[in-house]
Amino acid sequence: MAQAVVEVQNLTKRFGAFTAVGGISFEIKEGEILGLLGPNGAGKTTTIHMLLGVITPSTGAIRVFGLPFDRHREVILNQVNFSSTYVSMPQALTVEENLRVVAKLYGLERINSRIDHIIARLEMEEFRTKLTRKLSSGQMTRLSLAKAFLTDPKVLFLDEPTASLDPDIAAKTRALILEMRRSSGMSVLYTSHNMREMEEMSDRIIFLSRGQIIAEGTANAIKSRFGETDLEEVFVKLARGALPSAL
Amino acid sequence: MKAHRIAALLTRHLYLYRRSFPRLMEIIYWPFVDLVIWGFITVYLMRYQNSLPSFVTFFLGALLLWDVLFRAQQGITISFLEEVWSRNLMNLFASPLKPSEFLAATMLLSIGKVAAVSFVTVTAALLFYSFNVFVLGVSLVPFILNLIVTGWCIGVLTTGLIMRYGQEVEVLAWGLVFLFQPISCVFYPMNVLPTWLQAIARMNPAAHIFEGMRAVIMTATFPGVELAWASGLNALYLSCVIVWFHKMFAVCKEKGLLVRVGE
Repeated sequence: MAQAVVEVQNLTKRFGAFTAVGGISFEIKEGEILGLLGPNGAGKTTTIHMLLGVITPSTGAIRVFGLPFDRHREVILNQVNFSSTYVSMPQALTVEENLRVVAKLYGLERINSRIDHIIARLEMEEFRTKLTRKLSSGQMTRLSLAKAFLTDPKVLFLDEPTASLDPDIAAKTRALILEMRRSSGMSVLYTSHNMREMEEMSDRIIFLSRGQIIAEGTANAIKSRFGETDLEEVFVKLARGALPSAL
Repeated sequence: MKAHRIAALLTRHLYLYRRSFPRLMEIIYWPFVDLVIWGFITVYLMRYQNSLPSFVTFFLGALLLWDVLFRAQQGITISFLEEVWSRNLMNLFASPLKPSEFLAATMLLSIGKVAAVSFVTVTAALLFYSFNVFVLGVSLVPFILNLIVTGWCIGVLTTGLIMRYGQEVEVLAWGLVFLFQPISCVFYPMNVLPTWLQAIARMNPAAHIFEGMRAVIMTATFPGVELAWASGLNALYLSCVIVWFHKMFAVCKEKGLLVRVGE
């Protein structure tokens, strides 16, 4: 049985009187893709931010590779990366320069060949020397993904990674993520509002609503538990409170 | 601290400056214009103040040294703002980069900025006003080092405030340093200040440096006491602001501000 690389126990984040994440526990196993589903404001991004150490949890524990995050931040973040549609990169640098800075930040070796490889894999050759501020939103997303893949992370957090990609590039990106998972045993936490994509990508899904986990399991298990044939129907009904929690 | 992470940030800013004309203007144009204006004012005043033969040295020396402090502060604060403007803070602080490495990189950047600006202003002062800053002799080195550290203190303070209170207080990046100018006694001796303000000025390391500069010009003596005061205060303030910055960083992570600064 695969080991858990990320263990989250009773994770809570309060901002004053508002509870963004209310005592959630879950784990991500080695090589697993865990989908994090939920309506806007459910606490998905706050959870990812806590897992990346840019927001301090109010209570609860995060362990990555068996190590407590708060005491081993540097070792853990060397093997973790993320991509988010909501984060940009320095606009006055070219695509290649941005990747070079990231490579240096993570202390990578063979920087040139790694950059060449990832640029080829994500079909970014035509805009590798383009300034980041001149990229289309789809190209920007690919740069963000390239930044995440460049460091060969063991754990990857992907916050709506295909949101602004055309169907062709989105399909290639999904294939790349699956292939990287196969070849390196990388674990992935994946958020998306595209239910078909969620079903295709995720080994298991966690459904968050108002900071609480209200359903957990494979896509098929969740659908059958709620008597629906479509995950999108489950999403809409859970988000509107029309279905009882499955936990 | 890991050198490769500091080098990564330096590389990022070198890429930025290499092709950014407005940012190069900040290094060349503004310090040059500042110097030309103050130089003409000095020349004008000299016509009517023959009793003060060191007028040029006083004013231009003070201007060049003030620019060291100002650019050292800007080097830190503007580097942070560059990350805010490009929404890059999350990429940096969700990487293994530590706040101390971030500060170290901005401090090194500020040294580069001071060197570039000083080259422009020192050369211009020599060419246009025949003023050689090296008349300050060996004291010049500890003067500059101390002013850089004072600039860092104000820069780290400003950066922490912007990180904590967001872009609403971004104007502090250019304004806060000038709050210290009256009590830095840049263009006048400390004894012209009211007694109560002199007590405050004595707590400002920059004031000791400018007092020291005037002592070198007037008496050609090494201002050991002033330098000792400046160095001691700088060591104290730098330690305090670095600790304060780390606390502020922790507060920002606690309040979730680090991912929102710049929004």
